Amino acid sequence: MSDRTKVLIAVVVVLVLAAFPTWQALGAAGEAGRPDLEMPENETQCVEDTEFMTARHMELLNQWRNAVVREGDTEYTSTSGETYTMSLTGTCMDCHNNRETFCQRCHDYADVAPRCWDCHVEPGGGER
Amino acid sequence: MSEDRRTFLKEAGCAVLGLGCGLPFVRGALAITQHGSEEEAQSSSQWAMVVDLEKCLNDEVRAVSAAACHREHNVPDIPDPDDEIDWIWDEKYQDVFPDQVHEHSPAEMREMPVLVLCNHCTNPPCVRVCPTKATWKRESDGIVMMDQHRCIGCRYCMAACPYGSRSFNWRDPRAFIQRDDNGEMPSDFPTRTKGVVEKCNFCAERLREGKQPACVEAVHAVAGGEGALTFGNLADPDSEVNRILGEKHTISRRVSLGTGPNVFYVV
Amino acid sequence: MLQDAFRGGRKYWVLLGIWGALVVVGLAAYGRQLSEGLHITGMSQDVTWGLYISQFTFLVGVAASAVMVVLPYYLHNYKAFGRMVILGEGLAVSAVLMCALFILVDMGQPMRVMNVFLHPSPNSLMFWDTQVLFGYLLLNLVIGVMTFEAERKGAPPPRWVKPLIYLSIPWAISIHTVTAFLYSGLEARTFWMTAILAPRFLASAFASGPSLLILLALILRRFTRFDPGWEAIQKLATIVAYAMVVNLFFVLVELFTGIYSDMPHHLHAFEYLFVGLEGHSALVPWMWIGAVLTTVTVVCLLIPSVRRQERLLAPLCAAVILAIWIEKGLAMVVTGFIPSPLGQITEYAPTAPEIAISVGVYALGFFVLTVLYKVVVNVRERLEAT
Repeated sequence: MSDRTKVLIAVVVVLVLAAFPTWQALGAAGEAGRPDLEMPENETQCVEDTEFMTARHMELLNQWRNAVVREGDTEYTSTSGETYTMSLTGTCMDCHNNRETFCQRCHDYADVAPRCWDCHVEPGGGER
Repeated sequence: MSEDRRTFLKEAGCAVLGLGCGLPFVRGALAITQHGSEEEAQSSSQWAMVVDLEKCLNDEVRAVSAAACHREHNVPDIPDPDDEIDWIWDEKYQDVFPDQVHEHSPAEMREMPVLVLCNHCTNPPCVRVCPTKATWKRESDGIVMMDQHRCIGCRYCMAACPYGSRSFNWRDPRAFIQRDDNGEMPSDFPTRTKGVVEKCNFCAERLREGKQPACVEAVHAVAGGEGALTFGNLADPDSEVNRILGEKHTISRRVSLGTGPNVFYVV
Repeated sequence: MLQDAFRGGRKYWVLLGIWGALVVVGLAAYGRQLSEGLHITGMSQDVTWGLYISQFTFLVGVAASAVMVVLPYYLHNYKAFGRMVILGEGLAVSAVLMCALFILVDMGQPMRVMNVFLHPSPNSLMFWDTQVLFGYLLLNLVIGVMTFEAERKGAPPPRWVKPLIYLSIPWAISIHTVTAFLYSGLEARTFWMTAILAPRFLASAFASGPSLLILLALILRRFTRFDPGWEAIQKLATIVAYAMVVNLFFVLVELFTGIYSDMPHHLHAFEYLFVGLEGHSALVPWMWIGAVLTTVTVVCLLIPSVRRQERLLAPLCAAVILAIWIEKGLAMVVTGFIPSPLGQITEYAPTAPEIAISVGVYALGFFVLTVLYKVVVNVRERLEAT
């Protein structure tokens, strides 16, 4: 076998391996679909709008964290002019109080495992 | 490859390397110029605590203060003393104030239980040594805070603290937090996770709601506990703490070290 | 040059296999530490730094000792060190790597290590330690590669390497001084808070590092055709002798201050180490072994006729390394925490997982060292053959 052939075979093998995530999940495409999130019953308005929250809630939470822990601020004014207390447990989870049926479902779908709940508790001191 | 391209690539590589190494220095220099030295920052207010040694001789007073704090902050109750976490607890007088006892000090004085906690020093060595500013002295109120998101668990602050006020989470604390009757955790305060350091935070989260620290509130509900713990602002000339400091004989821990503790003990 | 890392006989691959196996053991233990937390070590709320940080301290010294070869060769044209310098630089690289790993395994939240770089804190000596160690690693890598490449080609290295070499000399001193400052600036720990800590660190570094270098040189002489030269080895042995004398003097000076002043603050730690304190005496046998080793090595290494015998030099160097290891890698860090700020004595002993992880880190460092030295040996042999 010439060197050229060896290199070509190696390139093909590497490409196949690199594309593993894609072809491995091909059969399961139908199952995934968008996650079914359980929305809070009493509120329809979140701190910011849905599109913002879906894409940038982590940014918002980090901003809140720095403001509360490092600056001692507690008040957040949203783009719509409403004020909220900056707290994951106290504000966010006041409405989204079931981590499993809301937060977890999207995180599982996106295959991320944020470590917030290693420390932060659900309202009422619950943990799941 | 031509010499020009090779030279360019080498120089580009060096430039990237230089930037990568140089940026922390630039940020560090900027940090110094912007904020000045951490411990020289004058706080607009400084929270302080006064502990009345005699009133705290009452076992119930001491027990109630520690229990309230630990409940308020989901502090775990770990039986192994090597891993035990305390935010406020008691030690013997001879260990808290080693410079105040001598060979002929009576045993009952030496063994006297004294409440100890983080002193939220004016010149805190723990802040000085933290490599990530996960602990720092808040300019607004003088509290030596912990940012549990940033702590890398190096424990340098624990080596630097002359008072033993800090505790490290050697394991996951959740299994050791006493649940209430519903099986829930006693408070909504975030528990910590393994691998970070924690200590008394002067109940910063209660202070911003205008409440007193949990330990102070708890002792006032106990018979004989009125005035056992007093909390206030040193920058306020009319505060109760200033009144006591001006009228009574108070001492603080290891004064000669220059840390400037803000917890005072009425002798 | 990199292909030379793969060219070796059976002994080479077996050695790498041994290091690799130990690394795997260390990794398994570390996995357990990551999931269960640091309580599986012997550390406690009173003794918050143990085996990991003490090994780090010992190895920073070994890394800094490369200056003892670089300085005479480059600054004073001491030609005899011609083939020793590359070994010194390789040892420095491997030692700094182990230092970084020991810090990493000691951290409670190692995933957040980047916070040290994202939030620079010039007030913290630990911040500066990361900077100078990283810089030193880069310096030694670049200098080592460039000078060795140049030697291989038979041409002088590029001109810009010279200023880097000159820079590496004060930089080597700085890494161990900064590490000493980590300890000596803490008012909470009277055992550490002494101005002589930095000089002590340097003296012990210049004894332990060159000793290790001598042992490695002797091993290379035995198993390969690479010979750094007997004169170079002898000169290093002389350096070790005088460094040990200075180190011993510094220790005696410290003992005097504590014992003569009779101040509990200054005395407690030495009492704990040499006679035991309040019934706690875990380190006492180690300290006396260290004292005997120090005395014997100082006396023997100062006698030229003893120093010149190869079969005596090897065990003497091993004794020096052990003595310094007891001093820095065992006694120094833990004793800073005894007694605690509240007057309690909590002793420390490393646990099995802790030792496994430490052995794993050492194995990884020696793996890298073996590969680096193999490259050097192979290239040299080819050069000599032509």
